[in-house]
Amino acid sequence: MLKVSTAPHVSSSKTTAMLMKDVVIALLPAAAASIFIFGISALAVILTSVAGCVLCEYLINRYLFKNPVNTLHNYSAIITGLLLAFNLPSSMPAWMTLVGCFVAIGIAKMAFGGLGKNLFNPALAGRVFLFISFPVQMTTWPIPNWRDFLNIDMQTGATTLNVLKHIDASSSATSLMSKTAELPDYAHMFFGLTGGSLGEVSAAALLLGLAYMLYRRVITWHIPFYYMATVFLITGMMWLLTDNPKYDPITHLLSGGLMLGAIFMATDYVTSPMFKNGQIVFAVGCGILTVAIRLYSSYPEGVSFAILIMNAFVPLIDAYCRPRPFGKGGVK
Amino acid sequence: MDNLVLMNILILSGVALAAAVLLYYAAQKFYVEENPKISEVEECLPGANCGACGRAGCHDFATACAGADDAGFSKLYCPVGGAASMSKIAEILGYAAEEKEPSVAVLKCNGNCQNAPAKYEYEGVKICRIADKICNGRSGCPDGCLRLGDCVKVCKFGALHIDEETGLPVVDEDKCTSCGACVNICPRKLFEIRPKGKNGQRVYVACSNKQKGALARKNCKVACIACGKCAKIVPEITIENNLSYIPASVSAEKFGKELSEACPTGAIIYKKPEGSDEQ
Amino acid sequence: MSSKMKTFPLGGIHPDKHKITSQTPIKDAGLPETVYIPVKQHIGAPAKILVNKGDKVKVGTLLADSDGIVSSDVHSSVSGEVLKVEAIEGEFGYLENMITIRVEGDEFEPSIDRSADIIKEIPYTQDEIIQKIREGGIVGMGGAGYPTPIKTTVPEGKKIDILILNGIECEPYLTADDRLMVEHAEEIIIGAKIINKALGIQNAVIAIDENKPEAIKIMQKLTKSYVGVNVQVLKTKYPQGAEKQLIKAIAGREVPNGKLPADVGCIVQNVGTVFAVYEAVQKNKPLFERIVTVSGDKCSMPGNFRTRIGTPAAFLLEKCGGIPEDTAQVVFGGPMMGTSAVNIQAPVTKLTSGLLLLSESISRKGEEEQCIRCGKCVAACPMGLEPFAIARYARQNMFNEVKPLHVLDCIECGCCAYICPARIPLLDYCKLAKNELKKRK
Repeated sequence: MLKVSTAPHVSSSKTTAMLMKDVVIALLPAAAASIFIFGISALAVILTSVAGCVLCEYLINRYLFKNPVNTLHNYSAIITGLLLAFNLPSSMPAWMTLVGCFVAIGIAKMAFGGLGKNLFNPALAGRVFLFISFPVQMTTWPIPNWRDFLNIDMQTGATTLNVLKHIDASSSATSLMSKTAELPDYAHMFFGLTGGSLGEVSAAALLLGLAYMLYRRVITWHIPFYYMATVFLITGMMWLLTDNPKYDPITHLLSGGLMLGAIFMATDYVTSPMFKNGQIVFAVGCGILTVAIRLYSSYPEGVSFAILIMNAFVPLIDAYCRPRPFGKGGVK
Repeated sequence: MDNLVLMNILILSGVALAAAVLLYYAAQKFYVEENPKISEVEECLPGANCGACGRAGCHDFATACAGADDAGFSKLYCPVGGAASMSKIAEILGYAAEEKEPSVAVLKCNGNCQNAPAKYEYEGVKICRIADKICNGRSGCPDGCLRLGDCVKVCKFGALHIDEETGLPVVDEDKCTSCGACVNICPRKLFEIRPKGKNGQRVYVACSNKQKGALARKNCKVACIACGKCAKIVPEITIENNLSYIPASVSAEKFGKELSEACPTGAIIYKKPEGSDEQ
Repeated sequence: MSSKMKTFPLGGIHPDKHKITSQTPIKDAGLPETVYIPVKQHIGAPAKILVNKGDKVKVGTLLADSDGIVSSDVHSSVSGEVLKVEAIEGEFGYLENMITIRVEGDEFEPSIDRSADIIKEIPYTQDEIIQKIREGGIVGMGGAGYPTPIKTTVPEGKKIDILILNGIECEPYLTADDRLMVEHAEEIIIGAKIINKALGIQNAVIAIDENKPEAIKIMQKLTKSYVGVNVQVLKTKYPQGAEKQLIKAIAGREVPNGKLPADVGCIVQNVGTVFAVYEAVQKNKPLFERIVTVSGDKCSMPGNFRTRIGTPAAFLLEKCGGIPEDTAQVVFGGPMMGTSAVNIQAPVTKLTSGLLLLSESISRKGEEEQCIRCGKCVAACPMGLEPFAIARYARQNMFNEVKPLHVLDCIECGCCAYICPARIPLLDYCKLAKNELKKRK
């Protein structure tokens, strides 16, 4: 029996599930790096978080949403789970991770109507909730020690940004010197041998993921580039003007969640603007807010807040940065 | 410490007071004069904002009612609220409400999956108005129901659903308000608003195929072939474009059974009075 | 010719090309037993039927006369006897007025020059050329079917300065224009000179995209001996063959919305149309045959065929190995903008550029999912529209909200629906919105 259908009769092979799968693949290097750096406890956090998110989405779909739409096959819950885990320290207790999963999937995503309708990035919402609720656990950073894979002897320390934050407070020249000496060198930061959340420490692994996503055309380069460039430019200018190591642009670029946020969270389709111009506005806004929070607030890190704040502006940005239709006031 | 608490209370109360005063004056300043009858009339309306009356929602209809003169008011009618609503509105405004017979939407096609089997699979988008442009419908009948349910989606009262067995939309008479949304949306104009009839008795031709008899029958067992037998029984019945039409004035009580039995293809449907045994 | 490869700037996609028949020479499809010639194969009024049942006709006999300016003549494509003049089922299954002719022999009207000589001299005046084009029943063969005589007449008060020959053929699978350019390059160039004369201008640009190296080579060689005719190679991108996109790519001019190409001084003609113009003017041969690509992944013997108008699609498909059991769809035209056939006995018309047999795996759409706001449809739209928003409103029948989204500019290229990862039938919603808005006007 012949089929009758509407044009076009061919379609791109990329479905939502395939795009999301590509994102998962792009996240794998960072996951591997975190397990290598922080040991088995990192693996435990990642597995807990992914399982928690998938389970949460399944239960809500099954029992709260009346229509039995299966949204698990498109990997979006797995991405949220991975990203949430990447935003947690490896010493995070499992039950707290699960609370984060519930907030991320249940409140930030499904309460808005599920995939495609959420206003805020679910993983970030989960992270910020945990960060505010359990500040001690969320800011206890195990020191990377790859020889201690089973985490028998876990020690904690400050992150790069914590050190930067306190440079300001130390007034005497000698203490400034000692503080600066605490800062890890660039190579350590690039490969991730510093304290921090699971996914954010290794810039190299994240850039590998970015390269894969660009190659597979999952995202365009605009948001990551403009985001990082904005942070780099602002801190760079301040660094040139004051010569204070607190403003060192390279340290700012490589430390904290900037790379993770710029590459994987600000580029989330659902919570970023749809049009190219809007994406640039969004990325620059994220950059400015990140620097402002890092330098002038009581928090050492501002990426999560910056992206969440800009998420709220997405509908506004979309309304004002619309593409110009062909044949409307262009070259005659 | 006590001072601090007191200050807090005072400042917050002050802010609240200022806001209240501001709101009060804003409400005064931006108050819109409106005929009080409009809101009274609106109370009587169903509030579905369906647009069946031809106005942009119930408020607009109420405004039109309140502003109409005697002649103008007689032209306004809310098919959803029906006579009950209109008589209440007339009472409020002091006019005489006209009696109108309750009506219901009927589908003038019976080309279900059995009567008009599918000749090909339709895989395109599930919108009748698009399918109508690219194909004649699975059954091959160019005037028959496409069974994709645009009418179901447009019905604001949940009075329509697609019967899974027959594939055709079914009208729930209790919920149908004869607002006419389905009539307007159907690309093949298969719905007709007809009077409900005495005890729900109705007789109508459930076919819209305008092809010649043989061609129509090729695709559908229950197509009207314009044989003219019904017109011989009741001369009021007209046959145009190879299709018979039974006007609403033909009494279902008198002729319904006879007509449906006389039809050789079974295109004429006689709905028995409510309470009587099902067929 | 500039060295940098041009293309249109906004949107566009790169579907798999599948040009499997680009090396297959054009063959004669042969004569079927009966042909069905629709009287409306163009935009505008249907032609007035001149023949009756039982009449004897020859190849090239006028069957139906154009009714008004926006209409076109229809000629017989075979010789034989008129069997029926009545409505029969067309491609969509709806009844269309067609003239059914039983084929007897293959006798041509004596006025048609059947020699293979290429006639280069153009002895006719502007008016004579337009008259000959009108009598040839020529319409835009790229798919729109706009009567060509109108497009070869300079509209009053407007100045045309570029004639663009559209040899892009950006639809996957189709190679009819490609083969025509390879095998009849010189005729096309003379055809361009004829249209030039009708328009009163001196230059023409043949636009070919880079995936047709053979056609580019031949055209570049031949255009050297014709003053004013140039070849412009364009970067491959879909939908470059769309009129407005092609003008933007070639001339850098943007046709304002609601205006015609003539408003920016351009006329675009499909190479197939130009070839038909050559034959009509120089050889007195009306448009009764065209090149049809038969292809698709289920077609066992794909090829390019010179087919008489009115040949049933089934006859042509039988020549190419028949329709395998597991064929999902028979498509008239290209896979992006073509229509899937309800009735495979429907005839090839002046506008049928291809017949495709597509398998389930290619044509399957997949389940529609939730929009994830990826913005790929916006990035792909060559008209700079927002298909996701149009679809969102159209789905809820909120057509007033669609109005400011310029949906009437949609060229229905299908880029949005092709690229959508959530498999939302965006194009269908755009069409729905267009239809509803047009109805309200």
